[in-house]
Amino acid sequence: MKLENPNSFRTGPDERGHFGIFGGRFVAETLMPLILDLERHYEAAKKDPAFHAELNNLLTHYVGRPSPLYFAERLTEYLGGAKIYFKREELNHTGAHKINNVLGQILLARRMGKTRIIAETGAGQHGVATATACARFGLECIVYMGAVDVERQKPNVFRMNMLGAKVVPVQSGARTLKDAMNEALRDWVTNVEDTFYCIGTAAGPHPYPAMVRDFQCIIGEETRKQMLAAEGRLPDSLFACIGGGSNAIGLFHPFLDDRQIEIYGVEAAGYGLDKAHAASLAGGRPGVLHGNRTYLLMDADGQIEEGHSISAGLDYPGIGPEHSWLKETGRVTYLSATDDEALAAFQLCARQEGIIPALEPAHALARVIEIAPTKPREHLLVVNISGRGDKDIFTVAEHLGGM
Amino acid sequence: MTTRIDSRFAELAREGRAALVTFIMGGDPDLETTLALLKALPAAGADVIELGMPFTDPMADGPAIQAAGLRALATHTTLAKVLKLAAEFRKADTATPLILMGYYNPIYVYGVPRFLTDAKAAGVDGVIVVDLPPEEDSELCLPAQEAGLAFIRLATPTTDDARLPTVLAHTAGFVYYVSITGITGAATPDYSKVAAAVARLKRHTALPVAVGFGVKNAENAAAIAKVADGVVVGSALVDALRKSLDANGHATAGSVAAVTDLVREIAAGVRSAAHQPA
Ligand SMILES: Cc1ncc(COP(=O)(O)O)c(C=O)c1O
Repeated sequence: MKLENPNSFRTGPDERGHFGIFGGRFVAETLMPLILDLERHYEAAKKDPAFHAELNNLLTHYVGRPSPLYFAERLTEYLGGAKIYFKREELNHTGAHKINNVLGQILLARRMGKTRIIAETGAGQHGVATATACARFGLECIVYMGAVDVERQKPNVFRMNMLGAKVVPVQSGARTLKDAMNEALRDWVTNVEDTFYCIGTAAGPHPYPAMVRDFQCIIGEETRKQMLAAEGRLPDSLFACIGGGSNAIGLFHPFLDDRQIEIYGVEAAGYGLDKAHAASLAGGRPGVLHGNRTYLLMDADGQIEEGHSISAGLDYPGIGPEHSWLKETGRVTYLSATDDEALAAFQLCARQEGIIPALEPAHALARVIEIAPTKPREHLLVVNISGRGDKDIFTVAEHLGGM
Repeated sequence: MTTRIDSRFAELAREGRAALVTFIMGGDPDLETTLALLKALPAAGADVIELGMPFTDPMADGPAIQAAGLRALATHTTLAKVLKLAAEFRKADTATPLILMGYYNPIYVYGVPRFLTDAKAAGVDGVIVVDLPPEEDSELCLPAQEAGLAFIRLATPTTDDARLPTVLAHTAGFVYYVSITGITGAATPDYSKVAAAVARLKRHTALPVAVGFGVKNAENAAAIAKVADGVVVGSALVDALRKSLDANGHATAGSVAAVTDLVREIAAGVRSAAHQPA
């Protein structure tokens, strides 16, 4: 299905939170008044210069923004095609792009007078970012994490504990990210009075997908300015990996209406698209989960299936609704990369550039490695290095045989 | 249009007592057991039956109902099979209102028009879909209304007076008041607050008000039956069933009785209550 091409790709969602047929608000009645209240507060904050001033101040002095736009010279030479730039989100405080969104949401929670913050996390990056911001503002922090992920991602569990957060291992379902999100929603339904749910990606009920996107758009806005400064023109192509899609939409959104720019989102193909994977767009269908309509991995009866990826940050069976819409409008091209391709890209990046990327952006790099050589030398390519690979060294060592 | 739900609540109002609304999960632990339970529930004292449609990700349910859904899915229960169960039940019982309860995705994937046609043909009277607030009425609520199926909405303590008219606008059959903010099977509500909440709802609607969440025994049920038009019990029944299963999670000779015994006890509680809803 191809949807009609709109005048602008940047006006969504509509007032009911829909991007085409995607998005919306599919939650229990207990949560609806809270979600409407959050929407009102977010709309007010957006118009309040004091909110932006406080956020920008934190982004500069606490997170370390702007993150550099780095010309990856050796990789460019090695691949022999497009001129490759890295947007260095891995240099952010806490090691990933997640902190951009978390700080926005935590400032909002403070405005709303909420004192208890809950979050879900897969790899632990969003959990660490949330725990960090809560420590910074003295807020109670509870992070739901699938029991399987608690085992897989021990270093991040330690970090959250050190930051004073409480990590709750989730024993329901398959005990991974999807179940952590269910459990966070259950907590929220129970503790509506004082609790703010800080969602880690551009998914969930409206206004989360739009709000998280807005907080992450700093990535693309900086990239525009930095590329103009470096090259005197906009990039020709953009690449980012997709779990729920927040780092990708943050890079893409400010460029969506520059139609000449090629935009590529890269999902996790796991063992392969015909085997276990986490590529919701490539292998899923539209459905309703976690408060929104979007592409989901599910069986013929609408039961949600588990995603698989070597990267715990990508194995979510859904994707943010705006990506589903961008796929159907054809504005963004969605590709995928397997575990093995990501591992190879991870090594190449480490060896060529002295940058150890997280396994998540290694998926985007895997497609860059394939596509960059097919482009002319004047082609300007930007890939979002959404996080650093410190958290992944044990996983990688396991796959590459010790090291 | 008068439905089985309307007639049943009217009948009980004339008798001067509250309705006992019982929830069981379709396919837990298998379809045969659910059918046997459905057939046994009315005689045990159930006035209205809610039949769960299992879903992998029941975000508003507690551990008991989550586990029941997974047991049902483990024995390959599908929405189509739950609809067949409903039809089987209806062949034997033409009076007891039957309501399907669950989450939207399996219905969306099945196809809303096909679901409504098949549910109606199966003798289903209403649907409760936890994750469809009035903001998404065009998805299923309005089509259900057109198809002659009651769309029963949940109202909660967070639903304030300003929002209540929105929540009640297209509600039919009865209003399901969730007496706590929380998941199914959680805390027991504060009964003094339930009376006030029912009275508040009644100022906005002429529909019967059934109250659920946290009812575990005859005493809880009596306390609610005193002030509401219906008492909903779910997790306690699902738990009673779970305890009757063998080590492999299979139904035993005692499984049906484990549930009906508890229903009988709770029904006695409902019937003992002097009924005086606001
Ligand atoms: C470094 C990194 N990149 C990407 C992701 C995927 O999330 P999103 O698609 O929302 O950017 C994660 C999630 O944990 C992550 O840690």
